[in-house]
Amino acid sequence: MWYLCMFFHRLLDYRKAEVESLAELFGYVGDGLEWRLPQHHHPDSPFHFVNLPSEELARTIANRSILVKGIYEVWGEGGSYEELEEAIRNYPDDRKLPYLTADSTFRITVDSFGKVMSFQEQNDRIKGLAYIPFKGRVNLKTPEHRFWLMQTDDYGVSNGLPPVAQRTIFLGREVGAADRKLLPTYQLKSRNYLGPTAMDAEMAFLMANQALVKPGKLVYDPFVGTGSILVAAAHFGAMTMGADIDIRVVRDGRGPDCNVWSNFKQYGLPAPVALLRADNNLPPWRPSLKEVFDAIICDPPYGVRAGGRKSGGRKLLKGTVDPYTVPDDKRTDHIPSTGAYCLSECVHDLLDVAGKMLVMGGRLVYFYPVLREDDSRENHFPEHPCFKLVSSSEQILSSRYSRVLLTMVKIGPYTEEIAEAARIKHLEFRENHLKWLEDGNLHSSVFASTDTQLTATGDAKFSKEPRRKYRGKYV
Amino acid sequence: MRLLTHNMLSSNIKGVTNGFPLGIEVEKVIEKQVDFNPDFLKNMFLKIEWKALVDASRSLGYAELPEEAPDSSLIHSEDFLRKFHHAILELHLEEGALVCPQTGRKFPVNKGIPNMLLHEDEV
Repeated sequence: MWYLCMFFHRLLDYRKAEVESLAELFGYVGDGLEWRLPQHHHPDSPFHFVNLPSEELARTIANRSILVKGIYEVWGEGGSYEELEEAIRNYPDDRKLPYLTADSTFRITVDSFGKVMSFQEQNDRIKGLAYIPFKGRVNLKTPEHRFWLMQTDDYGVSNGLPPVAQRTIFLGREVGAADRKLLPTYQLKSRNYLGPTAMDAEMAFLMANQALVKPGKLVYDPFVGTGSILVAAAHFGAMTMGADIDIRVVRDGRGPDCNVWSNFKQYGLPAPVALLRADNNLPPWRPSLKEVFDAIICDPPYGVRAGGRKSGGRKLLKGTVDPYTVPDDKRTDHIPSTGAYCLSECVHDLLDVAGKMLVMGGRLVYFYPVLREDDSRENHFPEHPCFKLVSSSEQILSSRYSRVLLTMVKIGPYTEEIAEAARIKHLEFRENHLKWLEDGNLHSSVFASTDTQLTATGDAKFSKEPRRKYRGKYV
Repeated sequence: MRLLTHNMLSSNIKGVTNGFPLGIEVEKVIEKQVDFNPDFLKNMFLKIEWKALVDASRSLGYAELPEEAPDSSLIHSEDFLRKFHHAILELHLEEGALVCPQTGRKFPVNKGIPNMLLHEDEV
């Protein structure tokens, strides 16, 4: 059956991907969901129709989601209130009457998109629905049935949103709605222990949804930092495990009540199964261990706000300085130096670890940065023979670069050949450490001054179409 | 560090071929209660190296696990699952070290966090 799905007007590129992931999480089997836009609506519109096999599934998806404001059974839609009335009258009685009985309670909410409606106007709109034979009693706080009168207006183009060509009004019965109360509870400003790149709560929950997190699953974050991603996974019931190369972050934090453990305690969540200091470049897993994690979720260091490090330190700078040998008497408390870890190597290692350590059907969810000048970026996402790309959702961070949330699913076993190819590539990265560092340097592209950019790209920059001004697509 | 983690880790020093299982040097062991989740335990049971788990749990002073790798039908016994649960999730090595079985190199465990980072000349 077709349902109307109304989204919060945020993270537009993430909305459908989230609903599709949740459908799979709650048992939908099939090749993606069927979507349809209301007539004359721009793809950025908050209204989308989605075909779901049952109301139960629609409710479960809506309740778990972060970006779905509500899923509704539409009783009527029209370009004007007259058209709406006609559509509602024509909607079959056997779909309507069970929700209008005398012993039921209900409420009607008026919602407008892109325009504020006065209280008086809202009341008038509700009274205008008198042709629907509501027999039940009104209950504003805990009604059994919630009805929504939703309206998009043909507003001007000055509000930063793409125009919706035609005014549309929907009347729908709410099937389910998101629990956004989660977000103020988990917002970063009330979190005890924070780092400079802690993942914001909304995004962390979205990532957990993309990873199909549910109770009893084991979720791993190889760049755990302050644990902000694992907190979201633990909220959905997963067992969590995290590693980081910076021992101060995972072991010490900022004191006994301000560390990764306390971030879980703060919300009454079970502590991670394990936190350890390990290098994603040389993971310390026993060789016979494989297919143990149900999901790997992370935000790899891509060298713009925080750079990655790997073990090896001075040894990697071949020829420029002598390799350091640790004297035997200083081994116990020796603090090993680390070397820079470029993005391409980091992602290569991540895919390799994920290929080996994820269960079949397990998901790898991570952020990948892209420079926005790169027009052909669709083809540039990392690939791996064990994985299939499920979705990619872009979030623009600045005029220069954005980050894309990639969701991949493991579809093939980690074979000897794949392991051998990864080993050869690993050595290649080591041999050409300095070259890779220069090639993969995102920091300079993002922070280069405009002057140098102009010289580099010449006049080509001016011939480009000006960027769209509205925040629409990636708000 | 729980014994589940110990069961997953090995020494990955360059040239070491037999880095598993890591020996345990105990300074302080603590116990923390963890919610019992049979599905998770059944999953983990299939991934565990039994001998390493038994030895590790004994070095932490817990001797309730059977020496021989149990038959997989045992995972339906609640009594067994409780012991398994206690061994892999509730026993913590809070302070101590993990010892590479081949080279004797110690990986320190402080505040429950194993430090598996290698020195410059070990990579």
